[in-house]
Amino acid sequence: MTAADWTGPVAAILAMAAATYMVRFAGYWIMSRVPLTPFLRAALEALPGAIIVATVVPLAMRGGLSAWIGVAVAAATMLAVRKDIAAMAAGMGAVMAARAIGLP
Amino acid sequence: MHAPDSAPRPVPCTLAGMVEGARLSVPMLPGVLVFAAAVGAASAEKGLTLGQAVLMSFAVYAGASQLLALQLWPEIFSLSAIVALVVVTTAVNLRFLLMGAALQPWLSRGPAGPVHLGLAGLTDANFVIGSRYHSGGGQDAGVFVGAGVFMWIIWTLATIPGHALGHLLTDPKRFAIDMVMPLTFTVMSVGLFRMRRDRLAWPVAGAVAVITAQLVEGFWFIIAGALAGSLAAGMFRDRS
Repeated sequence: MTAADWTGPVAAILAMAAATYMVRFAGYWIMSRVPLTPFLRAALEALPGAIIVATVVPLAMRGGLSAWIGVAVAAATMLAVRKDIAAMAAGMGAVMAARAIGLP
Repeated sequence: MHAPDSAPRPVPCTLAGMVEGARLSVPMLPGVLVFAAAVGAASAEKGLTLGQAVLMSFAVYAGASQLLALQLWPEIFSLSAIVALVVVTTAVNLRFLLMGAALQPWLSRGPAGPVHLGLAGLTDANFVIGSRYHSGGGQDAGVFVGAGVFMWIIWTLATIPGHALGHLLTDPKRFAIDMVMPLTFTVMSVGLFRMRRDRLAWPVAGAVAVITAQLVEGFWFIIAGALAGSLAAGMFRDRS
């Protein structure tokens, strides 16, 4: 194996990793240099939920009807039994079943 | 409500908390295993060696960005090809910036070493586990750190069978791999909702994200929707 065979992929992987570590630390670093006003406190407290909603809704739309069925089944299972693993399994199973019978 | 800022209480980081974080991660294992196997399979398909696939999962440790980068994996690694991969990876992972910001008021009161280790392993999984734990009144930073490290190990190891058995996973959609992240979030969001805080933030986040997803390629909708929802909560907070 010549050097060129592996240097490209490994350089790409390390560059991707460096970029990812930068975003991992950037938000934390910025917030440690900004005073926590009441506005920022309220905004940050709502941020985790907002990230979740902003991720789930468009991805479910991209995933089609089967994705919505999965989200609904997962949420309903979670509300009913309050067991993460049961809700995850039910949601994944529902998506796979819906796609297996040909739903979009 | 929180105590005034004048006397922030220090946050512990205990071994018991780390074990608890690992325990809280267990329900995510099936989804993570399938996702990691899909990434391993995609790496094999694109000609990465097993060592390179494992290195990527260990070093990058961010499934959605790995999968997308592998779809664009070049045959010739010019500087511009590598820059393109870095741009895609950064765009997909920019949500980590918001997650780190959201966790900072809690984690910054903990011990720097473990907290930085947890941040190095920041992903959707330990973010949502940590957020839910902390919003339920938990203080131990070990829960965040333990969940991150545990999933990091699992993720890296699970790439190996995916790389070896990739041909069994030719169609990731059939196995609902595109839904692992949204379903994990859905499950974890149950119980996170607080009427007074989120009745505006969640609809705003969802609406802005959907509109952004229609207008802009990629994963920018997460950033746009999350920022809009969070700003709405900040602007229309209760001033009691």
